Amino acid sequence: MNEGKGEEVELIKDGKRLDGRGFEEFRPLKIEVGVLKRADGSCYLELGDNKVIAAVYGPREMHPRHAQDAKMAVVKYRYNMAPFSVDDRKRPGPDRRSVEISKVSREALDPVIIKEYYPKMAIEVYVEMLQSDAGTRTAGINAASVALADAGIPMTDLVSSIAVGKIGGEVVLDLNAVEDNYGEADMPIAMIARTNTITALQMDGRMTKDEFERGLKLAMGACQQIYALQRAALIERYSKSKEGEE
Amino acid sequence: MRRMYKVVVPGDFISDKENRAGEGTYVEEGKVYALCYGIVEEREEIKVVALSGKYVPSKGDVVIGRIVEISYPYWIVDIASPYEARLHISECGGGAEKLDFGSMSRFLDVEDFIVAKVIQVNVLMRIDLALKEEFKRGSGGRLVEIPHTKVPRVIGRNGSMIKMLKEKCNCFIFIAKNGRILIRGREADMNLASMVILKIADEAHTSGLTDRVANFLDSFSRDDEEK
Repeated sequence: MNEGKGEEVELIKDGKRLDGRGFEEFRPLKIEVGVLKRADGSCYLELGDNKVIAAVYGPREMHPRHAQDAKMAVVKYRYNMAPFSVDDRKRPGPDRRSVEISKVSREALDPVIIKEYYPKMAIEVYVEMLQSDAGTRTAGINAASVALADAGIPMTDLVSSIAVGKIGGEVVLDLNAVEDNYGEADMPIAMIARTNTITALQMDGRMTKDEFERGLKLAMGACQQIYALQRAALIERYSKSKEGEE
Repeated sequence: MRRMYKVVVPGDFISDKENRAGEGTYVEEGKVYALCYGIVEEREEIKVVALSGKYVPSKGDVVIGRIVEISYPYWIVDIASPYEARLHISECGGGAEKLDFGSMSRFLDVEDFIVAKVIQVNVLMRIDLALKEEFKRGSGGRLVEIPHTKVPRVIGRNGSMIKMLKEKCNCFIFIAKNGRILIRGREADMNLASMVILKIADEAHTSGLTDRVANFLDSFSRDDEEK
């Protein structure tokens, strides 16, 4: 993401981060399922000041037709930032950054989706960033994963995602915008919590091998907690139906 | 009979009984996991019944379809699924009149509805239908569409819900596998029946639904008598 502008910012004071979090704490996570009426599956998610909405359509007919796959469905993923999601107005439309994020996010979710169930179809995932405060791709993947489940798409698992980074010489979990801009490294990770399988990993900046391993461990632990929250959000939607008859 | 509903999300562990794994599940290292977001049903087979998702036809399903296109020698039929089905001309007319390109629309035109049975689904998801009944627009009756995942709920256990609906609404009701429901009867009865069906689909995941629907229908017939 953005490089620091050469100036030094003190990101850690008295063993706490600027927003008062500890090193191994991620921002408050709020997940709501089924927020869009017209989508087949949807999810609204807040990770601190990040506000994300994910919508899943399909399986439905794949356009353009020549891109159809006769044996399986095609997964489409669009990551898009609203013009008002950042401090300076973002020029609307896809750009180099959002195309890349769309690609890595799609590949993060791809391994869990059973595409063979829907030959020739497309499964479309639209992820809109309404407000952004660093770590939006991880928030997007978390939301998309829940929305896919809500759409009734057959999947082997949910995917959970979080970033780790290095600020002021410390390895910390889930950077916010200031930490991201003035920190030394940022590393978003997506994984399948149940099997500890990493489906996406990127790194921007420098970390030693030791820091990398510590960061990875930290992120994996956090993904377990995020997975629990995603699961709880889905279960809660039908909590009224805990007891019932057929 | 009351029992616990168990909602699962993809990847949830369900059971160790690998050989009983059914629809909506997958087996990994001898354990059964959920493949979709749904409700566990444990009988001889362990199944996960999805709470949402699109209808995908399988052989033997009876569906209600809408003709969307005529493309000799087939009618292309929308069956409330991402996949379109087709109906061959040999299914029509009983051989009395030989159908050709021009006369196909006289028998079944675009926007007409049919009740049909899925006779074949091949690997390319080409779906062939066999005609059971056709009905033109405006020929009386009502068509209600609900998500196909709610169909079992409208039928109820051993058909209890649908039996009650038919009796209390005094209507002919036909439920197709793809979530389309055909109702025939008096205008007021059809209104009531379609309203109740939509209500059932809306509250499909809540408990004690059959009782609640029964009360609802009773309150209605009492209103009728007072008038």
